[in-house]
Amino acid sequence: MNKKFRIGISCHEANHVCDKSQYKESTFWEKVKLNIHLLYCKACREYTNANSKLTAAISDSKVTCMDKNSREYLKNEFNKALDDDSLSK
Amino acid sequence: MPKNLLNPNKWIDLYADYLFNYTISRVNDREIAQDLVQDTFLAALKSMKNFKGEANERTWLISILKRKIIDYYRKINSNKGKAEIRITSNNDSETDGDWLEERVADPFDKTAEDTMQNTELGEAIFNCLAKLPEKQAEVFRMKTIEGIETEDICNELNITASNLWVIIHRARTAMSSCLKENWF
Repeated sequence: MNKKFRIGISCHEANHVCDKSQYKESTFWEKVKLNIHLLYCKACREYTNANSKLTAAISDSKVTCMDKNSREYLKNEFNKALDDDSLSK
Repeated sequence: MPKNLLNPNKWIDLYADYLFNYTISRVNDREIAQDLVQDTFLAALKSMKNFKGEANERTWLISILKRKIIDYYRKINSNKGKAEIRITSNNDSETDGDWLEERVADPFDKTAEDTMQNTELGEAIFNCLAKLPEKQAEVFRMKTIEGIETEDICNELNITASNLWVIIHRARTAMSSCLKENWF
């Protein structure tokens, strides 16, 4: 079947839109197309479910990590100590 | 059993976020958590020769961090000079809380349990993140946990936007199947 005549989008595109919407970066039309695709594609439905579950888990857990500056600072301090340590041996 | 080896050069990249997240759920202050993590790494470096090779590298670091957290709480308690428990702490109104039964924890208030579960979930997430290839883990962390804009990540890592989305897609697929096994 010619791609032009397909209603909606390919699975590849659908997954891309789904990934983007996890970060609220997809447009309204992309979401409409994704949802049409999900109506008839079981594999993408599963992927979308797993994907939103992952997003929910991460926001629930409130994981956090160091910001860039403090990580750099920590790295510098640690490398200094590492150098001192290897020199003293 | 093969002996575990220590490789301090990779510690910060591999474990800094894990340790930080572990600390922050216990002390609730970014500055203090930052200091404790730094102390842990430096202390670990000093006592490397005491490492017997029985534990995994990360387990060993966590055990040092736990000591540091305990020491921290000890210190702030001795600063105050006392750790007291007052049973009449919430006696603001005349009628409520006169009976001891009224003061017990509300069984429907699950916040403590939720927090505990969230801490465990956070640890599961970091375990899974550690299993990803380095590049995927880095991009995923920046995008999902730190919430940096796509454009900024692309500039910093020198990759194109479509490249980034491919990495994100792979990372998300791996993360959800890993969490499926270990959490959901």
